[in-house]
Amino acid sequence: MRSLRRAKEFAIEKLILLSGLASILFVALIFVFLLREGVSILKSTGLLSFLGGRFWYPISSPPRLGVLPLILGSLLVTAGAVVIAVPLGIGAAFYIAEVAPKRLRSALKSCIEILAAIPSVVLGFVGITVLVPFLKHFLHLPTGLTAFAGSLMLAFMALPTIITISEDAINAVPREYKEGALALGATHWQTLRRVIIHGAWPGIIAAAMLGIGRVFGETMAVMMVTGNAAVIPHSLFEPVRTLTATIAAEMGEAAKGSPHYSALFAVGVVLFLISFAINLTADLLLNRGRKR
Amino acid sequence: MNPKSFFRHEACLALAAVVCLAATMTCRAATSDRADQKTRALQIKGSDTMVNLGQAWAEAYAKLHPGLNMSVTGGGSGTGIAALINGTCDIAESSRGLEAKELQQAQEKGFVIHEDIVALDGIVVVVHPSNPIRRLTMEELRELFLGDIGRWRMLGGPDWPVVLLSREVNSGTHIFFKEHVLRRGKSKGPEEFSPRALMMPSSYAIAEETANNENAVGYYGLGYISPRQKVVPVAKDAASPAVLPNIETVRANSYPISRPLYLFSRGEPAGPVKDFLDYVHSPAGQQIVRDTDFVPVK
Repeated sequence: MRSLRRAKEFAIEKLILLSGLASILFVALIFVFLLREGVSILKSTGLLSFLGGRFWYPISSPPRLGVLPLILGSLLVTAGAVVIAVPLGIGAAFYIAEVAPKRLRSALKSCIEILAAIPSVVLGFVGITVLVPFLKHFLHLPTGLTAFAGSLMLAFMALPTIITISEDAINAVPREYKEGALALGATHWQTLRRVIIHGAWPGIIAAAMLGIGRVFGETMAVMMVTGNAAVIPHSLFEPVRTLTATIAAEMGEAAKGSPHYSALFAVGVVLFLISFAINLTADLLLNRGRKR
Repeated sequence: MNPKSFFRHEACLALAAVVCLAATMTCRAATSDRADQKTRALQIKGSDTMVNLGQAWAEAYAKLHPGLNMSVTGGGSGTGIAALINGTCDIAESSRGLEAKELQQAQEKGFVIHEDIVALDGIVVVVHPSNPIRRLTMEELRELFLGDIGRWRMLGGPDWPVVLLSREVNSGTHIFFKEHVLRRGKSKGPEEFSPRALMMPSSYAIAEETANNENAVGYYGLGYISPRQKVVPVAKDAASPAVLPNIETVRANSYPISRPLYLFSRGEPAGPVKDFLDYVHSPAGQQIVRDTDFVPVK
């Protein structure tokens, strides 16, 4: 019986190890595949003219494949969404976890779950028909199809992620901390600001980063509301074209093996690297937060 | 939970999984047998412009041939042609002719693509209903979409900024407009859409934006005309009369921006593909062309 149990323990342990290794392997394989398909772009378009080129005319002959406007477009839309969603999301999480009365809390939570369940294409549709005309008239822009419209849509999509995870982090702060602070005469607000935030900090950073990742990789809703013009943007209120929308819009048409095809894979590599950088920053921030 | 019962649970689970797997396998086998007895499915894929037309044909044709499975999907002309070459569809709908590269790819696979003109389409230029522009010449259109005309005032309109709306590069309409209007019919010309032009993912998105934005100008197929946008008459040159796009003017070739619509198939059509093409050319099939706001060839 005991040896059987030991064998089982061993098997389960190895299975878990394999699952862990498998995920690393998959990520590595995806990256290798993207690189293999994308690296040939460097033969036809040099690295500098690919990353620094200002024009994206992929089906012309010869094609002009500059992804600078696309990278800037993605970063701009993401930055706008982060500025809107992160403070709102963290504030909402604190309200739900610490301030809201019990009944309201459950109502809010189910609303947020519903929000998370809306497919992005539906949000994009609502964006085109409601948000875009509204922005145009309200802000007197030449067109409502702008980076700002994309940022608003994406902030909306990132909110459920940020709220849910931040709220878990806040609830995970040990009760004793809170009770201790209150017993020492701190007000509720002081306790929130000085104690709970400190305890929940790593979780909140993780929530914000997951939200940013969600935003950065979103495709459909962005493609529908940002206008997709491949120009270098000077403000949030201009049309932009994102990396994700470019891949989604053009992959179906690109002839296999053409410079356009490998350029799209190279765009995928750029996306991958930027996402990776975002996650790495998150990890570094988390470690710093833990050390304090 | 003690380890013993835990282990029993696992055994039960494993057994259940095996049973399920076996069951699905047998089901699979059974369904594939059934599928072999039935007639093959007809897969149609390609031009977004032609999706509604293709679906209307398929519905009417399926009524005449019960038991035939048909699917019609969009994705762009190039997507459909690529699928035809790769063998993942039987008929490609396309709003542009074949490129040398595509012909060569088909040759490498060992067949010739059979092309069949099944309808005509006019590309209409639309603006917001409040835009007072009454006509545009082909040259004005060209300058507009090259980005040389930044304000409507330069065309005798109000002092509004111009917002250009184009389709994405995977659209046959985009390619046709570029070659026919921007490059004056020379398919390998140097002209490009202005980088400031907004690339819209669908004709619906262009229709929606022109209905809501007085600065916008866009283009799409004849089938999308609605009272929410204003269709601009187009003239061949400054001396010619401006022509409104409709079935008569496209057919008579007096409207300057019109194009044929194709169905492509692998090699000389035979079997269900040939029957379908015959139906498309029949009076009933061409009536459907009329009903979906395209222009019949017969």
